[in-house]
Amino acid sequence: MAIEWKEDVDRALAEAKESGKPLLLDFTAAPM
Amino acid sequence: MYPESRVTQFISDTFNPVRLHVKKHPEALERFGANWTPTVMVLDRNGKEAYRIEGYLPPDDFLSQLELGAAHEAFKSGRFDESERRFRHILETLPSTDAAAEAQYWAGVSKYKASGDGSALKATADAFKERYADSSWAKKASVWAA
Repeated sequence: MAIEWKEDVDRALAEAKESGKPLLLDFTAAPM
Repeated sequence: MYPESRVTQFISDTFNPVRLHVKKHPEALERFGANWTPTVMVLDRNGKEAYRIEGYLPPDDFLSQLELGAAHEAFKSGRFDESERRFRHILETLPSTDAAAEAQYWAGVSKYKASGDGSALKATADAFKERYADSSWAKKASVWAA
């Protein structure tokens, strides 16, 4: 299954408060 | 990229995932104090860092570190029953990884924090006599043996 990555940290944080799930923040230099 | 389905499944089930390319989002590096790639952080629901993984790891080790991150986030948020369950899951499913000894230590601490029962700490020290006796976590737990 593919991970549905987001790019907006602040929006993801707002969603995390609603969903109760913590944030996973992945910094990469690999091609996206 | 994470080709192993058990890794992608765990990430999707457990976290709200954000991926930032360092060239596209250099401001985020400074905001979160990241200095290297890959860097993976677990943030609590308020944006506070709970755990950090720096550098590449093979799948078993990476998965165990992700599980440690989820467990530490639960612990630091005061959800001790959940953190104990998550730490023990690492012990049960990935016992040969570097994360296992740390998980054994914090599983005991989580049980103590949830119950207030000091025997949970002594039991943890005893468990280190059986497994991971040469780890730094065994040294930290040894104070509870007496």
